[in-house]
Amino acid sequence: MRHLLSIADLGTDGIDEVLRLTENFVEVSARAIPRVPALRGKTVVSLFYEDSTRTRLSFETAAKRLNADTMNFSVSSSSVNKGESVRDTVTTIAAMGVDAIVVRHSSAGVPWQVARWTDAAVINAGDGWHEHPTQALLDCYTIRERRGSLAGLRIAIVGDVKHSRVARSNVLAFSMLGAEVTLVAPPTLLPPSLAGWPVAVSHDLDGVLPKADVVYLLRMQQERQTEALLPSLREYTNLYGLTRDRGRLLGDDTLVMHPGPMNRGVEIAAEVADLPSAVITRQVANGVAVRMAILFLMLGSGGDLGG
Amino acid sequence: MDAEDLRRAVTRIAHEIVEHNQGLSAVVLIGLQTGGVPLAGRLADALRQIEGVDVPIGALDVAFYRDDIGLRPVLPEAVTDIAFDLTGRAVVLVDDVLFTGRTVRAALDALNDYGRPHSVQLAVMIDRGHRELPIRPDYVGKNLPTRRDEMVDVTAEGVDVGTMEKRGR
Repeated sequence: MRHLLSIADLGTDGIDEVLRLTENFVEVSARAIPRVPALRGKTVVSLFYEDSTRTRLSFETAAKRLNADTMNFSVSSSSVNKGESVRDTVTTIAAMGVDAIVVRHSSAGVPWQVARWTDAAVINAGDGWHEHPTQALLDCYTIRERRGSLAGLRIAIVGDVKHSRVARSNVLAFSMLGAEVTLVAPPTLLPPSLAGWPVAVSHDLDGVLPKADVVYLLRMQQERQTEALLPSLREYTNLYGLTRDRGRLLGDDTLVMHPGPMNRGVEIAAEVADLPSAVITRQVANGVAVRMAILFLMLGSGGDLGG
Repeated sequence: MDAEDLRRAVTRIAHEIVEHNQGLSAVVLIGLQTGGVPLAGRLADALRQIEGVDVPIGALDVAFYRDDIGLRPVLPEAVTDIAFDLTGRAVVLVDDVLFTGRTVRAALDALNDYGRPHSVQLAVMIDRGHRELPIRPDYVGKNLPTRRDEMVDVTAEGVDVGTMEKRGR
């Protein structure tokens, strides 16, 4: 595996390979000393053009647990503010001799460009509304951990699908692994066209919840209200929030998932987020292990997996 | 070696482990993934028959500790499973075939992350020579001279020597 840009690059076999390897790193992470020397001497740089604490920390933790060196390039403290182009920044970083670049950018497609400009392995940590492949992988792993397999599971993705790279990567990954995906959102928060998406669409959360094996909530961004896509956050919560009352419609083993950061009281009620079937902190823990697997596959395994 | 020879070798090694450690109170077995794991299970069965004691068994995959990461495809075969602290224990590493010694070196590194054993011993069914590191086994089923390009396969039915081409990976 040269780069990880899109879930589609991996293919079903590639996803399986990553999830299988993740098990090893879940074991490593559970040890008293959660560290292996596998990537000693390798350097991983995170190049984040968009604010992110959890994803960046997760990648850094993953790299450190593999004994790689990490460098951090964040926009606020960098030469980008002085007008440097992405290309010049990448060339500069690459000249320092790095083995992997983890990229996040607010524009779709930037990781593909970065991959053309460097010999280092490039990992897409989120590009615009487009993709967030490592999030999808950690979500698949978390579901598998609880349910054994995704095949035949009914997964509802609820919320602002239109602006969500998490939704796009997850729709691809979940359907590749055989799940039936239903998007639940107000029409204003769905993409203009869903042609080619392997999904069903519903505007009735109460009808979807009792049949769902997994309810995946997306973060509702406050800005959507000012953009006039929603009448009000309260109305959104009434119609599409996983409130305490709606929580009672869930089956006992229906998993509740959220990519974080959560807006408790908006898309998810505090009581629901703390249910035993809510695996939200498990997603975070598995995220480190999945990213260890990705880094090891790209920099350590010497294998050629997926695309 | 056929299945009967293997059984006798396992029984003898089990006796040697008991004798060497003056009992089994501190002994744990760690099988190296994947060939050493079934062998560790058989040794544990033999130890139970001799001493009436269940020794703890673990399974260790050394992929992340290998010194040839980046030089050839390296992927773990299975998940490590060591559910107990190794501090103060007499750890018997178990593998089917001892060859260059590099897997054992990686295993010694890995064990460090699970505690500080009182001692580490090495049990192998076949020692085929060609060591590249100063490592020697404490318990050996059989010394089997081989050419470097041959491969040795240990199964429940016995031991098989073939050529490299037969190797699946």
